[in-house]
Amino acid sequence: MANKYVTEEVIKQIGKVAEPRTYEVERGAIRRFAEAIGDANPLFNNEQEARKSRYGGMIAPPTFCRSMMAAFPEVKIEIPGNRGLDGGSDWEYFEPIRPGDRITVQCKIADIRESAGRLGAMVFTTIETSYTNQFGQVVALQRSTSIRY
Amino acid sequence: MAAKQNYYEDVEVGSEFGPLEKDPTTQQLVKYAGASGDFYQIHYDKDFALKNNLPGVILHGALKNAFLGQLMTDFAGEQGWLRKLSVQYRGMDQPGSNVVCKGRVARKYVEGGNHLVDCEIWLENAKGEKTTPGSATVILPSRA
Repeated sequence: MANKYVTEEVIKQIGKVAEPRTYEVERGAIRRFAEAIGDANPLFNNEQEARKSRYGGMIAPPTFCRSMMAAFPEVKIEIPGNRGLDGGSDWEYFEPIRPGDRITVQCKIADIRESAGRLGAMVFTTIETSYTNQFGQVVALQRSTSIRY
Repeated sequence: MAAKQNYYEDVEVGSEFGPLEKDPTTQQLVKYAGASGDFYQIHYDKDFALKNNLPGVILHGALKNAFLGQLMTDFAGEQGWLRKLSVQYRGMDQPGSNVVCKGRVARKYVEGGNHLVDCEIWLENAKGEKTTPGSATVILPSRA
């Protein structure tokens, strides 16, 4: 069966990247994020305690990356409906994120596919996001799939 | 650093860890929206959520991801490192009901000089349904 939404024109857009965005990581933003998720780990909210750790100071919790939103590559696609779901995420972490870091976030369209679900046609879009610090080190990579139906 | 440190040699395949219990409220969802910048209304505007055929406001998938992240950074401890974290959003969770994060050690191995532990992880609702399953890999310190 031919795809109704994920046409050849849509498939050509796989690999497209968006403009990178750079964020300066504020200590207060790390603390607020840790508080919001209810994580009392001193590494994420107590500089005095965190100085005794092997990191020598506070670091961000792994999912803090979520707060540094990337620009999304524009995908020209007609979608089945106006409903959306976040299918899940795969993360890889390489280096800690510290207060004062400048993190550059960039998204790439890794995959777009279509399937017929219980609720009709569904479009799955996989986005790869890289998080790179001011030293050029990739601190984290994220692969997320969103579902539109 | 107060939390107990797990070492590679002490972790057994098949053993479970957690539970990390969370009692998310609508206030926590608002805090998470503010801290993460995700202001999709289904997470704090009940009328909007109902209009979108939801039973009410629902937890951000990313918040559940963060809870499972905490389960794993607690397991890794200050000397360990969370290397990989994967989550799948299979079911919705609503505030006002407890959720619990748990994990099980699936495999341990040495690779590239690192002592690695693969874990199966999940978040379950008050009925014991695994609404957010996933997997994680941590590097643990070795006693050797």
